[in-house]
Amino acid sequence: MKARTGRRGGDEQMVPEAEFTSYHGQPVLKETVWGPAIPSYLFLGGLAGASSALAAAAQLSGRPQLARTAKAGAAGAISVSMGALTYDLGRPARFVNMLRVFKVTSPMSIGTWLLSAYTPLAWAAAASAATRKLPRAGLAATVTAAALGPSVAVYTSVLLADTAVPAWHDARRELPYLFVGSAATAAGGLGLLAVGPDGAGPAVRLATLGAATELTAERLLDRRLGPVAEAYRTGRSGALMRASRILAAGGTAGALLGRRNRAASVLSGAALLAGSALTRFGIFEAGRASVRDPRYTVGPQRERLRQRGQPTPRSQTA
Amino acid sequence: MSDGPPQQVTARQDRTTGPVADRGLDPAARAGHVGHPPRMGFFTDTSVCIGCKACEVACKEWNAVPEDGLLLTGMSYDNTRGLGASTWRHVAFIEQTSRPAADPDSPGQHDGEGQEGRDEMRWLMSSDVCKHCTEAACLDVCPTGALMRTEFGTVVVQDDVCNGCGYCVSACPFGVIDRRESDGGAHKCTLCYDRLGDGLTPACAKACPTESIQFGPLDELHERARRRVGQLHDVGRSEARLYGADPDDGIGGAGAFFLLLDEPEVYGLPPDPVVTTRDLAAMWRHAGIAAASLAVAAVTACVGGRR
Repeated sequence: MKARTGRRGGDEQMVPEAEFTSYHGQPVLKETVWGPAIPSYLFLGGLAGASSALAAAAQLSGRPQLARTAKAGAAGAISVSMGALTYDLGRPARFVNMLRVFKVTSPMSIGTWLLSAYTPLAWAAAASAATRKLPRAGLAATVTAAALGPSVAVYTSVLLADTAVPAWHDARRELPYLFVGSAATAAGGLGLLAVGPDGAGPAVRLATLGAATELTAERLLDRRLGPVAEAYRTGRSGALMRASRILAAGGTAGALLGRRNRAASVLSGAALLAGSALTRFGIFEAGRASVRDPRYTVGPQRERLRQRGQPTPRSQTA
Repeated sequence: MSDGPPQQVTARQDRTTGPVADRGLDPAARAGHVGHPPRMGFFTDTSVCIGCKACEVACKEWNAVPEDGLLLTGMSYDNTRGLGASTWRHVAFIEQTSRPAADPDSPGQHDGEGQEGRDEMRWLMSSDVCKHCTEAACLDVCPTGALMRTEFGTVVVQDDVCNGCGYCVSACPFGVIDRRESDGGAHKCTLCYDRLGDGLTPACAKACPTESIQFGPLDELHERARRRVGQLHDVGRSEARLYGADPDDGIGGAGAFFLLLDEPEVYGLPPDPVVTTRDLAAMWRHAGIAAASLAVAAVTACVGGRR
């Protein structure tokens, strides 16, 4: 029943090792029932939202090819994202029940209404760009979708942070920046991949800004979270986060250095997209790991009580 | 929000920024019930629990909750493991040895070997249940409105509305509610909403042979619980303490609270649970800044160069 708060990476240690107690090593919290469809929905929602913002900026600055690509990407990504969200429901046929209420206390409710407004706009913008029909309506849809896009990319960070999952809730300050950074990386990557080196300047710049934001937010998260940051560093989640960092950094470097090379652009774009996806899977897995081990739940709560002046419990067992 | 690590952000500080500022009101009134009955709840006095599991059985029988695994866990006498979609009462068993200087004659003390030179052993048994929080995270995050506050101040899932999104499962700071594989919906204790409506006592409390599970208006239960803690302290059981009875805690106090004989985590309960919707305003603020940054980044990317 007694366990030491385990091995953590050498000099990274931030609080003294303390004894912690659990009920037969069982988790305090329930493991999330969400499957891999959910991190996919996070990634694709980010890709769509940031692509819509890029599409409008590209169109208004006279880059129709990049704009068309970004619109198609946004429409495709948000469709699959909505599909993934619905697929993950325990009762998918009741998806529409989310539209019977609007609850400000539920990020999922707000997100559903946001997606309901955004998705038709993303479709309309893409359809108009692809068919070259109704250009004025297409422009209106493009601009409105771009206005909603950043919110689509970011709301899922609040959705995760508004849970009892230690690795998600404790990261509530960094997650929004991490999510928009990752979204920008993905949208830039898609633009670069689809448009090629000529005309992908904005995509490269967006991906660079995104990757820098993503890596900075991760760094801040790692520093601020104390012992809970271990969930992002170790195990499966740690490996995913490391891989995502390498892909984001490598993809950015490739995009900037291989500007004239078609193959380098395609590779870099793919790396940026993959890096963004792995970030979401890494965050998802970190949350799961932090629920599975009661140390992540009990430790920080004990510490909070200690700081409010309640003594650490004395051991009552041998 | 402070700039320190999250552990330093106490529930107390966060509370002022949370969206649920009117927590002082009773939850049924806050949910719009007019002329509602008093808030009803459970007081589970673990010092008289004998681990008979009658509550688990009565709950399953009355609520027609399906079987959810018949296995041996090796966790003392507990083969139920924990609360879940198909377990709405769960009796925890903890075997402790070498508890120093305890009076073997006092209540709740079921000592095994007490002779000189041998380890003393004590049993801790506790029947866990949904806390029916004053500020319920499951209810806050539910996107369909399936989770609702009853006129008794309890929290109930409407099964015909729930679409199985699973948000409540990750939001609950106690790990109570879960999704059932067989029907895809979220389930938990209803505090026998149907029985309450007919003026009956919930099945678990009715079946409890030692009155470890007590049911009644929450105010009365609080009174009774405070007297009981005083009684136990008077006979030297200084470790007796209430859990979930403080309206100033991270969930605004529980509708089902406990008298424990050790730290909450020993029973698998979180020592300082917090409803995370209290931080929602701060979270949206950061999200707003982040979203604006993304829009600015997209524009910057397009005006920043010739290509």
